[in-house]
Order: sequence, then structure tokens, then C-alpha cells
Amino acid sequence: MVALKSKKNNRYMRKIFEGGMTGLLLACALVSVLVLLMVFMFLLGNSLPFLQNNDIWQFLTGTHWLPFGDFPSYGILPLFVGTLMVTLVASLIAIPVGLGATIYLSEIASPQVRNVLKPVIEILAGIPSVIYGLFAALVLSDWIMVIFEPNTRLNALNGALILAVMMIPIMVSVAEEALNSVPRNLREASLALGATRWETLKMTIVPAALPGIVAAIILSMGRAVGETMAVIMATGNSTQFTFNILASMRPLTAALAIDVPEATVGSMAYYSLFAVGLVLFIITFALNLVAEYVLARFKEAYH
Amino acid sequence: MNRRSKEALFFNIFRGCALFVVIVLVVILGYILINGVGKLSIDLFTQNPAPNSHGAMVAGGILSPIVGTLMLMAIVLIIAVPAGVFGAVFLVEYGGNNRISRAWWMIVNNLAGVPSIVWGLVGVGLLVYYLNFGLSLLAAGVTLSFVILPLIMVATKEAIEAIPPSIREASVALGATKWQTVRHHILPYSASGILTGIILSLSRAAGETAPILLTGVAVNAAIPSSLSDSVQALPYYIYLMTQTSDRSAAIPMAYAAALVLIGVIVLLNLGAIILRNRYRQKYRW
Repeated sequence: MVALKSKKNNRYMRKIFEGGMTGLLLACALVSVLVLLMVFMFLLGNSLPFLQNNDIWQFLTGTHWLPFGDFPSYGILPLFVGTLMVTLVASLIAIPVGLGATIYLSEIASPQVRNVLKPVIEILAGIPSVIYGLFAALVLSDWIMVIFEPNTRLNALNGALILAVMMIPIMVSVAEEALNSVPRNLREASLALGATRWETLKMTIVPAALPGIVAAIILSMGRAVGETMAVIMATGNSTQFTFNILASMRPLTAALAIDVPEATVGSMAYYSLFAVGLVLFIITFALNLVAEYVLARFKEAYH
Repeated sequence: MNRRSKEALFFNIFRGCALFVVIVLVVILGYILINGVGKLSIDLFTQNPAPNSHGAMVAGGILSPIVGTLMLMAIVLIIAVPAGVFGAVFLVEYGGNNRISRAWWMIVNNLAGVPSIVWGLVGVGLLVYYLNFGLSLLAAGVTLSFVILPLIMVATKEAIEAIPPSIREASVALGATKWQTVRHHILPYSASGILTGIILSLSRAAGETAPILLTGVAVNAAIPSSLSDSVQALPYYIYLMTQTSDRSAAIPMAYAAALVLIGVIVLLNLGAIILRNRYRQKYRW
């Protein structure tokens, strides 16, 4: 009788313990959602004092970013153009090179070469952005001075080139997965019909993997938009409104890193920086969401 | 041009792209190694940064940045690792594969895509000012934990999902509860995979600059004696050295600190690779 009772008791205890552990794990999982909500609400909440007192249109299209001083002007267009120029030029280099390297890695290279190349890509992805920034500021800028003779040592091209290097490992890892997930029989059917490996690649594998490749491009562009340290160290950070790639520019991320320490808490400049952060958050969030969506659809198609 | 030579042409272009990537890595690492190795000395590792005769913080060593980086990594280890690992365990083992958990993972992936400077901004507003942490080790460490959390979750997810479902079914069939299955089967079998992910995430934490830039680092910070002190960190030190006007003294220090930072990261990565290889030998499904 006693034994039976304690067994019952035991089972009861176990149930409580089980429920407790489930609750604990759930709490840990909830952290991720709460953090994301918190980020968004916090950016929005701290932007509101700025957005309510200023013309949003003026904020988005104004060409002068002067948040401090007696006559402040909060136009983020020069910052936005900085981000845009740097990201686009970086993409122009990173997309073809990254795709070429991906195709070589997954379709052409022998297993031995692959065993060298994959760690190289992983190391490139693992190098901190501040190291890339250091290289851009001290070495790459000198090369650009010699080749393009810009007016300033640090300029948007410098930032774009180093960003291109930083985009490549992300592109390669996502795009390689996409190429690998193309079913074997597609490839074999194409080869059996007499196509060369290049023709198979061009007309079968790449089209089949296209959504994954697009996602890789979007993800790496998101990384470029959000990159801070390499950009702040490489681009020179002038707030002038220009489309000249050889001029000094201040992308959105760099503006945050430079101006936040200057801003007095609770001032309009402080709130305006949260509005900049919100813009940045929305851009990268949208890019990631699109990439996620494309990838999810792509995976569904081949599973 | 016939089909064969066309193929050869394009394949050589792709080969060139891959070669270019390798060359870029070699050049970047080579520059840092060659320029940094000359500065390595006992003093570099045993002295704090000190002002030179012009008042710029370019003399002395990098002891306090190294210790500061280790402290930040420790905070990440305490906060982000348990939350990330257990959170991922819940989502995979308890959540299953339904619409909610897929949406949840989408959120996690999007967290990983939030620019690190935005985390810094949130850290400033929320931790430094609103919660009154001040510019401190704690604020910087917590901000860094936000950045690392999704990385640990994704790594844990991949490690757990590699375990075949038959293991879970066998455990449950023998009468084990969900938690017993997780505790005695899922976690042990995925431990080395999870550990690899943790190590790689920590190496990422060591190199992150933007989140701590706004929340807790200071030019002349000593080794923190409490959580509310400001801190120096290796990546921040490197950034500072490129911004100093006294370039001739600062640049060698920047390279030396960069070499040390890369050394730390390479060591961590090597550890992860060794772990991964042992894991592959231990469990084969």
C-alpha cells in the first residue's frame, strides 16, 4: 500500500517537474520573440517624439544631415544614398565573383580542392568586420589612391570594395546550398541528352537553383546594408549629398555609430537617430523576410 | 567557338573567381601577419594601453583590451548560451513542425539579420539610459548577448535536427517523458554539435564592435573591477588605433591587436573543428 502510494506521489512529482522544465524551455524560447518585439517597439517608441514634431517627408528626402547645432536639419537622403551607393557597387563585384566561386566550388572543383576552398570561405566569414575595416583604411585606400586618384583617401569606393569581400562568403554558403539541393536526376537527364557540363549548368542547374541564388544575393545585400565597422573605417564619413563613388560618404550605419555618442539623451537629435535606426531596421528586416520567403518556397519545391 | 572550348572558357572564369577569393584571404591575413608580428612582445600582453608623450593612447600594451574582450565573452556565455540552447530545444522538440514554430524560426532568422549597430542603438536607449546601467561592461555584454542569441539558436537547431527521429521514438516507447528524452538522449547526442556552435558564436562575439561601441567601451578604460565599469575591448582598440592622429605610432599597434584578435578567433575555430571531427567519429546514424 505504502509503496503504491509513494509511486503515485512520485508520478505526481514527476508531472510537476516535467511541467516546470517545459515552462523553463518555453521561457527561453520566448526570449527570442520578446527581444525582437522589444527592438521594434523601442525603436518606434523612441522615434515617435521625432516623427511627431518633424515632417516625415522632409526627413526622408532632405539633403542635409546636421542633427546638432542651432539650426538642425534632419535629412537622411545623403546617408541613404551613401548606403545605396556602397551596397550597389559592392554587389556589382560580389555577385559575379561570388556566383563564379560558388559554381566552381559545388560543380567543378575536385574533393581535394573543395576541402581547401570551404575552410577559406568559412574563415572569410569569420573575420571580424573591424579587421576588414582596418585593411580598407590602411591598405586598400592606398591602392585606390594610386589607381583612381580620388580627392579623399577614404571614400565610398573603398567601402564598397571591402564590403564586396565581406558579402562573398555569405553568398557562397547560401548559394552553394541551393546548387546542392537541385535533384540529381535533373543533372543526369541533361547530361544524358548530350549537353556539356557547362550547358547543363547554364540551362538546368542554375535555373533550377535560381530562387536560392536570389535569396543568397538578397541576404548578402542585407549584410552590406547593415555593416557598420568596415564602412565607418573605410568611407570617410562626410555627410555631403553626392552620387560620386570616389567621394567621401556616410552610410546610415556609420551615422548611428558616429552621432549617437554626441547626442544628448532626450534631445531631438537623439530621437532622430532612433528614427534612422528604425529606417535601417525596416530595410534589413524587409530584405531578410523576402529572402526567407524565397528560400522557403524553394525548399518546398524540392522536398 | 565550339561547345567544348566554350565550356573550358567558362569553367576557367569560375576557377578564377574561386582563386580570387583565396587570394583576397591570403592578402588580408598576410598584411596583418607581416605588419603585426614585429610588435608582438611580452610587454604587449602584460601592459595596459598608456598615453605617449603627446597624450595619445598608443603606448603600452593591450592587456586591458584582451581581458575586456574575455569578460564580454563570459557575459555572453552566461546570458545568451543557456537562453539560446534551451530556447532552440523547446522549439524543435516541443514545438514540432507546425506553422507557429516555422514562424518562430523566421523571427529568429530575422533577429540574426538585424544590423549590429541597431542592437547598439537599442542597447544605448534601453540598457544604458532607460535601465540606468550606464556605459558599462554589463550594458555592453547584454547588448552583445542579443546579437549572439539567434546564432546559438540556429546552431543548436541544426545539431538537434541531425539526430534521427528513431532515437526519440525509442525513448518515448520505453516510457520516458519528453524531458527525460531531451535530458538523456537529445542533449548528449547533440552536445558536441551544440558546443561547436557555441564556440563559433563566442568567436563572433569576440570580434563584434558596433554593439559595444555605443554601450560600454571607453578609450582609457582599465580592467573593469565591477559590472558597472566601462571596458576596453580588442576590436574597439583596433578601431581607435585607426582613428588616432598619431598614425606612425598607432598603426603598428592596430596591426598587433588585429593579429592577436585573429589569433583568438583562429584558436576558437580550431577548437570547434576538432570537436566537430570527434563528433563525426563518435556518432554515426
